[in-house]
Amino acid sequence: MELLASIMKNLPDAISLGLVWGIMAIGVYITFKVLDIADMTVDGTFALGGCMVAATVAAGWNPVLSSLLAILCGMVAGFVTGILHTKLKIPAILAGILTMLSLYSVNLMILGGKSNIGMSQFGEQSVETIPDKIAALFGISAKVTNVSIGLILAIVIIMGLYWFFGTEQGCLIRATGINEAMVKAQGGNTDSMKIVGLIIANGFVALSGALVAQIQRYGDVGMGTGTIVIGLASIIIGEVIFGTKGSFKIRIASVFFGSIIYRVIIAVVLLLGFNPNNLKLLTAVLVIAALSVPVVREHISEKKRINANMKKYEEVDTNVGA
Amino acid sequence: MLVLKDVCKTFNRGSANEKVALQGVNLNVQDGDFITVIGGNGAGKSTMLNMISGAFPLDSGLIKIGGENVTNQPEHIRAKRIGRVFQDPMKGTAGDMWIEENLAIAMRRGKKRGLKWGVTKEERELYKKLLAPFDLGLEDRLQTKVSLLSGGQRQALTLLMATIQKPDLLLLDEHTAALDPKTAAKVLAMTDELIKENKLTAIMVTHNMKDAIKYGNRLIMMMNGKIIYDVSGEEKSNLKVSDLLKKFEISTGEEFANDRMMLV
Ligand SMILES: Nc1ncnc2c1ncn2[C@@H]1O[C@H](COP(=O)(O)OP(=O)(O)O)[C@@H](O)[C@H]1O
Ligand SMILES: [Mg+2]
Repeated sequence: MELLASIMKNLPDAISLGLVWGIMAIGVYITFKVLDIADMTVDGTFALGGCMVAATVAAGWNPVLSSLLAILCGMVAGFVTGILHTKLKIPAILAGILTMLSLYSVNLMILGGKSNIGMSQFGEQSVETIPDKIAALFGISAKVTNVSIGLILAIVIIMGLYWFFGTEQGCLIRATGINEAMVKAQGGNTDSMKIVGLIIANGFVALSGALVAQIQRYGDVGMGTGTIVIGLASIIIGEVIFGTKGSFKIRIASVFFGSIIYRVIIAVVLLLGFNPNNLKLLTAVLVIAALSVPVVREHISEKKRINANMKKYEEVDTNVGA
Repeated sequence: MLVLKDVCKTFNRGSANEKVALQGVNLNVQDGDFITVIGGNGAGKSTMLNMISGAFPLDSGLIKIGGENVTNQPEHIRAKRIGRVFQDPMKGTAGDMWIEENLAIAMRRGKKRGLKWGVTKEERELYKKLLAPFDLGLEDRLQTKVSLLSGGQRQALTLLMATIQKPDLLLLDEHTAALDPKTAAKVLAMTDELIKENKLTAIMVTHNMKDAIKYGNRLIMMMNGKIIYDVSGEEKSNLKVSDLLKKFEISTGEEFANDRMMLV
């Protein structure tokens, strides 16, 4: 009972975190699911968004401007990976890792050599984040503000992506992820489609990093570690609950739901006394478990088929023997 | 219309599995030609079509389409004037997208693709009208995923996609080989109809000698990366399978016993 009460108390935070991190998971969805590319850039891009915002907001920038700059930087990172992959023919995973590694140095540069920068709310050096501004504007609490920001962004993004992937360009990007030969035969430039997809995806991831940094009030050079796995976990949880057959809108929405549920799971295990240091291990195990479900299912049905087949012959044997 | 001049292609040059695919192919295709291509396994038929479509770069030689030198033009640029149907029914369509989405992508071949809606209402009516003659019931299933269709249905769809924007050149690479005989015959008949109706210039690779004789106005035979026989007009229409077999024997100098060439 006590646990349930604590969970309920933590729910608003889990929801707002889930929605804001969900924006990152949407980026992973675009590369991993739509384009069929495992884009490792996102670990670097997420931290890039967070560091960019932390450094500029702490320097007195308007947080909206800072966040827009963060998105732009994320898009550039996606562009770089796209060029490495399509023009220099570097395998997608390696291209992403190379950009991610470079970003680690870039992020340290952005933070002026420090490993993190805070955006303090009080004292002489106090600065305002986007949630601060919105909370002040509407006179609402931080909790309500964070949930509202997450909800509104999620709805805008779902509608926006539904529109974009229904356009001529968007259709061609989807087709590129499914069958490159077909797109080329129909006069589509698959290289451009991949680059555009990577740019959009990493823009979302940087935005997510920028918002997370503002909510936690600091940007850290290591905040992106394991981002892609968290994104995959969110996608998979969403698929487990809502299936993979739904319309595009439902599938995008289910990524956000998956991300929220992921945060709830994290909150619950932490309340149960789980060591926070082991969270990344838990996330990885979750993703491995989910990815292995279809394989295990296949294995079991194969076993059943073999056993049924052998049984048939055993019966025949005994009949022949008798 | 299409000119191939001394086109050569070797795969994996310099490695242990070096494969000479084309060694000096010359071909002059006239506007409105419907050419059937036969030849044994590995003769270079697919490679020739791939060189024309730009799927792989060629080692040496020249390719012109409609007077323009396209030798070094990337595949997707050349695709503006080329319609293609592959042997593998999976290759020509995007399985995880709807029939109408696939057709809409084909409808915009050679056109600018912007941020307008991907499939319009008027298009849908057109697709229904164009799918109906195929008599496969596809016209009522525009919002069905292509992955749910049979190989024959997918190949019919690919055929429509290759011709919905009239191509200067239609390339068909054993596009009925993966289908059962009845469906194959149907798709082939529709191919012939589409070519005649739209007065298309087409090159069709087939492993069926009867079909190669029955369809088109010109027939070429390939062997070891070369065109060894090129016949058209009356001479072609009077051909018999036995003539082709004889031709083969002369060229190979041995009894004809090829794996995939069909004798009937
Ligand atoms: N992508 C490729 N990589 C390596 N070798 C190839 C490739 N495509 C074709 N070849 C080789 O080139 C030769 C001609 O092949 P192909 O044009 O497919 O013959 P056909 O279509 O007449 O059966 C064969 O020896 C084949 O193994
Ligand atoms: Mg072939």
